[in-house]
Parts: sequence; C-alpha cells; structure tokens
Amino acid sequence: MAAIQVDHELDARGLLCPMPIVKTAKAMKALAPGEVLKLMATDRGSVTDVPAWTDTTGNELLEWHEEGDVFVFLIRKND
Amino acid sequence: MLDERERITAPGLSEEAVRQIVREELERAPRVDEGPKRAAIIASKGTLDWAYPPLILATTAAASGMEASVFFTFYGLDIIHKDFEHKLKVSPVGNPAMPMPVPMPSLVTVLPGMGPLATSMMKSKFHGKHVAPVSELLESAQELGVHLIACQMTMEVFGYTEDDFIDGVEFAGAAKFLADARQAHVTLFV
Repeated sequence: MAAIQVDHELDARGLLCPMPIVKTAKAMKALAPGEVLKLMATDRGSVTDVPAWTDTTGNELLEWHEEGDVFVFLIRKND
Repeated sequence: MLDERERITAPGLSEEAVRQIVREELERAPRVDEGPKRAAIIASKGTLDWAYPPLILATTAAASGMEASVFFTFYGLDIIHKDFEHKLKVSPVGNPAMPMPVPMPSLVTVLPGMGPLATSMMKSKFHGKHVAPVSELLESAQELGVHLIACQMTMEVFGYTEDDFIDGVEFAGAAKFLADARQAHVTLFV
C-alpha cells in the first residue's frame, strides 16, 4: 500500500474521553478538504469512538493501527 | 373512495407504478435529511461525578456536528455556577459503589470529613487518569457552541441571579427546553 501523505498531526496521547474527539473535531476545522490528519491517542475508547465520529461527521477514516500502546488514526477531511 | 383514487393516479401510470414511486421516495427521505442533528440534555444533579455525563455528551455531540444544548435545573445549576470548583463535591453517603481506601461500614461515611475526603479522592483519581476537569469541559463546550441554559425557575428558588453564573450562560424555562427537545434526535435527563 502506498504511504498516505499526512498533512497535520494531533497528539492526544494521555487524554481520555471526550477530549480526543473534542480535539480532533477542533483540529479538523483547520484542514482543507482532502487533507489528512494523523491522530495519536492512548484512550482505548478511541478505537470505537473515532470510527463512530468519522461516520457521524462524514469524514473518512483511511486506516488505523497500534504502535505499542498508541493508537494511530489517519482521517481524511470530507469535501 | 374509488373516485378519489382515480383522481390522484397520474394518467399513464398504473397504481403499482405510483406505489413504487412512493416507496422509493419514503426510502430516500431519511437519507437526504441534511438538517442539523440536535441533542437536548437536562442536567439536574449538582455533584462532581454527575457533572461529567451531561458535559461529556454535550461536548461530544457538538464535536460531532450536532447542535447541543444543556438545560441546567435544580442542583445541576451548580455545574455552571461561578464557584463550581468548590460547589461540586462527591458524597460517599448512600453510595455503596464509592471506592474507599479501606473498607468501612456505611455508618462511618456520615462522619465529618468523609465528604471532603471522598471529593479529594475522586479529584485526584480523575487527575491521575488525565480526565479533563469540569473547567476544561465547560470551556470546550462553550468553544464548540454548546448552549448552556440555566433554568430560570430553579434560579429563583435557590436565590441565584444571572451574575452568579459563568459567562455565556443563557436563561430560559421549560418551554425553551421543550422547543429544543421536540426537534432533537437525542434527549437525555441526567
């Protein structure tokens, strides 16, 4: 798979619900349509919350994976 | 009855074709509902632990693109009081789920000092786990445009004035909440 170009990063490590989502929503506002945000979180709830949030808001969760105890999400801003 | 049906059937379309069109339109309607989704939440409790659910849900709703409002009534008013840091406490009395440093009979929980102990325990637990403090949730809520509404009637009962509340709070009654709630997709009483 070709590497996805990341335009912005958000470090939400150490934060618990609802702050990773609140900060993601805020960060996404600064993105242009089509740009990609890399979100790093340690909140286990984000594994279900981030996909639920992208579904609700119409943004696209390109992929997510674990790096050690960090969950990494790549979110593309909708058009 | 039969006359009426003949009148509303478009010329050249069979009844089955008309039914098909209606079915398709009905299926399409919810998908094209692009109107803003709303969440209307009532916060009626004035303890530290119960301050969290309405604020967490309202900020998350707003962060998800919903129009969110929280209507603070009765003891819930303390959550948006200027002095919320001191007003919001946890009570161990009558709460068998309250974690205590050492097991103790319920009767002990009514002794002087147990309330403050439980409150500072809860605060340090939250802090240790990096749960956002109430102040940060209120700030985030306001930044995200959540309507924080104080119930006018209970304000009168408790002797509060508009100046007693944090900046940006709106003031209204039950009719305002219901007007929001009747258009809301999510309504909760906390």
